[in-house]
Amino acid sequence: MATILAVTEQRGGALRKVSLEVISAARALADQLGATVDAVVLSNGSVDGAANLGAAGADQVLAAHHETFGLYNPDGYATTIASIGGSYTAIVFAASAMGRDLAPRVAARLGTGCATDVTGLGVEGGKVTATRPVYAGKAIQKITLGGSPAVVSIRPNTFPVTSGAGKAGTAGTVAVPAFTPRVTVKGVKAPEQAALDVTEAPIVVSGGRGLKEPGNFKLLEDLAAAFGSAAVGASRAVVDAGWREHGAQVGQTGKTVAPTLYVAVGISGAIQHLAGMRTSKVIVAINKDKDAPIFKVADYGIVGDLFEVVPRLTDEVKKLRAE
Amino acid sequence: MPVGTATSQFTGVDFYHLDSVLSEEERAIRDTVRAWVDEHLMPVIGDCYIQGKFPKQLIPGMAELGVLGANLPEEYGCAGLNNVAYGLIMQELERGDSGIRSFASVQGALVMYPIYAFGSDEQKKKWLPSLAKGTDIGCFGLTEPDFGSNPGGMITTAKETKDGWVLNGTKMWITNGSQATVAVVWAKTGAVDDAKSIRGFIVPTDTKGFTGKDQKGKLSLRASDTAELHLEDVHLPKDAILPKSGGLKSPLMCLTQARYGISWGAIGAAMACYDEAVRYAKNRVMFGKPIGATQIQQVRLADMLTEITKAQLLSLQLGRMKDAGTMTPQHVSMAKRNNVNMATECAREARRLLGANGILAEYHSMRHMANLESVYTYEGTHDMHSLILGQEITGIAAY
Amino acid sequence: MKIAVCLKRVPDTTAKIVVGGDGKSIDENGVKFVPNPYDEYALEAAIALKEKAGAGETVVVALGTDAAQETIRTALAMGIDRGVLLQSPGSADGFEVAKAIAGELKGQGYDLILFGKMAVDDYNHQVGVMVAELLELPCVSAVSALTVEGGALTAEREIEGGVEQLACQLPAVVTADKGINTPRLPSLKGIMAAKKKPLETKPVSLGAGSITVTSLALPPERQAGKIVGEGPDAVPALVQLLRTEAKVI
Repeated sequence: MATILAVTEQRGGALRKVSLEVISAARALADQLGATVDAVVLSNGSVDGAANLGAAGADQVLAAHHETFGLYNPDGYATTIASIGGSYTAIVFAASAMGRDLAPRVAARLGTGCATDVTGLGVEGGKVTATRPVYAGKAIQKITLGGSPAVVSIRPNTFPVTSGAGKAGTAGTVAVPAFTPRVTVKGVKAPEQAALDVTEAPIVVSGGRGLKEPGNFKLLEDLAAAFGSAAVGASRAVVDAGWREHGAQVGQTGKTVAPTLYVAVGISGAIQHLAGMRTSKVIVAINKDKDAPIFKVADYGIVGDLFEVVPRLTDEVKKLRAE
Repeated sequence: MPVGTATSQFTGVDFYHLDSVLSEEERAIRDTVRAWVDEHLMPVIGDCYIQGKFPKQLIPGMAELGVLGANLPEEYGCAGLNNVAYGLIMQELERGDSGIRSFASVQGALVMYPIYAFGSDEQKKKWLPSLAKGTDIGCFGLTEPDFGSNPGGMITTAKETKDGWVLNGTKMWITNGSQATVAVVWAKTGAVDDAKSIRGFIVPTDTKGFTGKDQKGKLSLRASDTAELHLEDVHLPKDAILPKSGGLKSPLMCLTQARYGISWGAIGAAMACYDEAVRYAKNRVMFGKPIGATQIQQVRLADMLTEITKAQLLSLQLGRMKDAGTMTPQHVSMAKRNNVNMATECAREARRLLGANGILAEYHSMRHMANLESVYTYEGTHDMHSLILGQEITGIAAY
Repeated sequence: MKIAVCLKRVPDTTAKIVVGGDGKSIDENGVKFVPNPYDEYALEAAIALKEKAGAGETVVVALGTDAAQETIRTALAMGIDRGVLLQSPGSADGFEVAKAIAGELKGQGYDLILFGKMAVDDYNHQVGVMVAELLELPCVSAVSALTVEGGALTAEREIEGGVEQLACQLPAVVTADKGINTPRLPSLKGIMAAKKKPLETKPVSLGAGSITVTSLALPPERQAGKIVGEGPDAVPALVQLLRTEAKVI
């Protein structure tokens, strides 16, 4: 019987949320193939949340223990997964920092290609198919994976998490084979406060004259920090007023940005500004004037006092990310 | 996230696929200078213009890139490029601002070129590498307060003494004049009505009696340094003279070099305005549709594109002739006259298309429009070039 | 130090994407091609390492059509010593590309092999790592800080909510992310010198591979937006929508 391997991620002995997305994606694929799902958890001890993998769709949960598996161990992880991977129909990774490194290692060891960063998975004619954004999201590619196994990594936050799959999640183990640790992960340090560039950040929080004074940009910096990899942008008006650096200016004479999420705070939406951000994937506008042109391009809007709305949003995002 | 997603980036204007007749190196050189302008000049030019300040912090970068005297030989630390590549550099610099292109024109065509063409080996070795590196900044002193279109009438004098020369006179409208470390000054060594006695001199600007003073109140080329030079009993050693210079022809040869670059530069300014106008016409919605959907703006844009394309063809062939050694000063006159006039018209039309926004410094068309009035006037006014062509056609001088 | 940099020719990131007649690839008509921006970080790293060492050799290897010679010459203009073009139309399967590149690099005595972390056209994000696996070399991917000293390297890579610090011995493979350096522009002299540097071309044939592109399409148009509500009380609903409907956080 066909089986799909879902590669989970843990950090500090706790399962990362993206793992549930991986299991759910693998489950959906398995249901189309009439297959079962094995989840593999690589760690140096017990992992919080591993018990929920059955509910998310894993028929079996395989533990791979090794004393060095507390942190990501590129060679150890790859050797372990490759040692069992050949018997699976498909292997699903997250296109996370770890998965982007690990999936091609495993694919190469299994002598097959790898579909990275997929946003959709399906089955056609018994073969796994995937959709994936290419050319900076300016086009969507559909591919068929003929390899055995089909190795894919899924883009985080694109596959819904199912929680009622009610599979057994039977515990099993994977023997970690001997491996040569060519690369050592020395540790993980907290991110530096290096500001992301507005053109590259996946999330951009921009402020305009509605912020009233330069010091109030602290509200946006807090919101950006809550989002994680987010940058703070600004409208031309406030850059000209000297509140923010020119490099932060979004708009026709500043930078053109296309982040996944653009949050426009206290920006009315002058044509010059819209030209610089209209290709953002999702636009959120927060403005006290319900007739502000920014609402015409925003996917979601909140009409209200930014000094009340933004701190609340920061709190809610923090709560969400703490989950 | 992709690197450099900016979609507002300038990508050039090439309606007639002229890229296909440029060499790979020529295209690479143009693209490199374009990237430099985007990265270093565009972020600061608006402020510099408003503040009336030349962005001199950019000089080391320009020098490192190799744009100063780029068509002079490698043995003097220059890039040794052909003249089409040199023209494309001027085009890209002036796409940013005429003032920056003026800086490069003066340094390369009016200071380095005369030292290269009329200088001794010692002079070339001493000055060309440091001018290419930008550690020396040059200016060119020809025009005088009362002698613009008629430089042969100059009254600056160079009197020979037993151990050198003494220069006296005033020069005006001198680009780079107040920041220069070295000036190439043209002066009469003979009688005041003897244009044949005009010779070039290399004058370090820290020589006693030499002063350069900014000319204030310009409404054009505000990001360029324009000065008045005063020479009062400036004593120079014997070897300050450019030995191979002789007569008015020598400075005019320099001007031919500079005008050649200007004819390309003007295309750059026109392209910048056209590019801005097209983007604006597509984005600006009025009466429920983009203004680019109206006939009047389409005519404007069609005229601009046509004129730019014609100018490109003119300059490209001019450059090929220069490389082949068949270019005459009259050929250059036609290109300078046509292209600068074309660019001034494009800039004005673009500014109009931009409506009220067009008067803001955050858009570029009005800055180019104001700059181009200077470019129209300097290095042989539009009218003088008409007369040069007229003389070429009829054999009769009308000036 | 002998350093290889693997380079891909890609459409300019500002290029407008139009789907070609085959419905599977882009229409390249009028599209400007550039060196893959992430590969420029790798090029800069190689040139800077050689400059620091004061000796060594840098080699750029590209797999692509003959048009990629121009891309290689950009690298030579920046300061890379010589180029190798593996002539091939390429493949949607990164593993096939990796095999061809590994074949070229194997046994050439490289101390360091650099890639960009991904190409901005196919977003495959895998070839560098696969080449390392095929050559059985240590590999650090998506590196945002790199130090090479005494036959070993230390590197940092950004992971979710932190920075991973890694180390390995040379020879090794590194794929570069933004942050590692600021790539230089080629100088005009460098551009002229580039045409005199050696550029070797060799045909390679890639296997059929296991990944087939069946279609390429433009993303769907944006839908009209909605006002979620008024005041701070609308925030939870907004966050919920961003999470479940827009799926952006």
